[in-house]
Amino acid sequence: MTAKVLTVTSGKGGVGKTTTTANIAVALAGLPYKVVCIDADIGLRNLDVVLGLENRIVYDLVDVVEGRCRLRQAMIRDKRLPELYLIPAAQTRDKNAVSPSDMVRLCDELRNEADWILIDSPAGIERGFRNALAPADVVVVVTNPEVSAVRDADRIIGLIEAEEKGPARLILNRVNMNLVKRGDMLNADDVLELLAVELIGIVPEDEAVVVSTNRGQPVALDGKSKAGLAFQNIARRLNGEQVPFLSLEEKDGFFARLGRMFRTGGA
Amino acid sequence: MITRTTNPEEQAGYKPGSEKDSAITIKGIREGLLVTLGDGDWETLQERLLKQIEEKGAFFRGARMALDVGNRILHAAQMGALRDRLSDREISLWAVVSNSPVTERTAQVLGLATRLSTPKPERVIRQMDTQLPGEDAILIQRTLRSGFRVSTHGHVVVIGDVNPGAEIIADGNVVIWGRLRGTVHAGAQGNEHSVVCALEMNPTQLRIANLFYAPPSKKKNKGAEMARVVKNEIVTEPWNTR
Repeated sequence: MTAKVLTVTSGKGGVGKTTTTANIAVALAGLPYKVVCIDADIGLRNLDVVLGLENRIVYDLVDVVEGRCRLRQAMIRDKRLPELYLIPAAQTRDKNAVSPSDMVRLCDELRNEADWILIDSPAGIERGFRNALAPADVVVVVTNPEVSAVRDADRIIGLIEAEEKGPARLILNRVNMNLVKRGDMLNADDVLELLAVELIGIVPEDEAVVVSTNRGQPVALDGKSKAGLAFQNIARRLNGEQVPFLSLEEKDGFFARLGRMFRTGGA
Repeated sequence: MITRTTNPEEQAGYKPGSEKDSAITIKGIREGLLVTLGDGDWETLQERLLKQIEEKGAFFRGARMALDVGNRILHAAQMGALRDRLSDREISLWAVVSNSPVTERTAQVLGLATRLSTPKPERVIRQMDTQLPGEDAILIQRTLRSGFRVSTHGHVVVIGDVNPGAEIIADGNVVIWGRLRGTVHAGAQGNEHSVVCALEMNPTQLRIANLFYAPPSKKKNKGAEMARVVKNEIVTEPWNTR
């Protein structure tokens, strides 16, 4: 087993990096692969909350780096899936507690034990971002169809190219099809024309994501929601499968409306 | 024991350490420390430099470092790795000076300066017979993304797009074989005869000499255009063959 290290980043905050990391991790673990997630957002950790593992943290990333525990001890196993682990970030320290070379060393140690190592990058382009980028084999940039998010994604893609970690791949998150149809939101073509990178996923805006995030139950655990299905497709594309993009137009057709009616009725 | 009690400027020419390392010279300049690497294998020199830094921890801590790498060709990964290792030791690398255009470009891509403000001793560059005076240009064969900045005394030719948030500042003309959506300043030293050409002219902002042009938003004009100064005003016009 030689793991691939995948870093999820965005530049701008709040576009859904952590949600994306959690859902890709869950989807990959369901395929099933052995997945280790690392939360590199030291001081502002979130991935544990989104995965619903907050109450099980004993040791964290900084403890491993500073030698207070062994790597194994910091890996929290998610009991819902066969092999999904989380190495949480420290909440009481800052980004300087870890260096890019620490991250490379840590990932190299994990490489023989897992299929995928997912790193959740903090927002910004400073030390925390460089920590998350240093060990990456594959970099995924998350953006929203908004001008400011796309601008930051462009900057981040440039920095990834400069560090010779490119080409980055793109996930367009929180696409509201009604707004796109009315012409009030950037569509995938507008974004791709500017960024000129490979698109590996379009995730529709979905209330299920908010609900599931709050409950610590990532939507990709089951493929019942549109967003959950989109994340499962991303995981399959990351493994080299050719998966057609969800036709989001169709999703608003009769069947989707019917499906939504059932879901809201059932929930 | 050496401590940084004096202004580095007063220590010009100072080489720390009793064991002289002929391939690495370190001297204080106005902007901090200037480290010159002589001949030798990059990896070896890098290790030796880091070793010196560790031995003289107090002297280097918090320093701003400029690195002169001579003719060496460095790639982004190498330069980035050194920058990270220096920053682990609380030294900030702010400039890389080199005779190699490849290395200079790498440094620019990483956001490092490539010139020290104090003029360096004149470098001997053999003039090529075919070089035309006043026609220096740089060719950029990539898309300039947000946050990139190119600044030159000559002309600039880009094969690729210039995205919003990218910036080109040239004393001469700027030609973009692609979409212009960022900011361009041509004739930056005041030359009003400078022009800006692009296959799709949709800049965030355009400047020629001291003049300023904010294009109308939501312009849907495809096709090559040229911007130039006419009667003290910047105008853009379709770039037809004349």
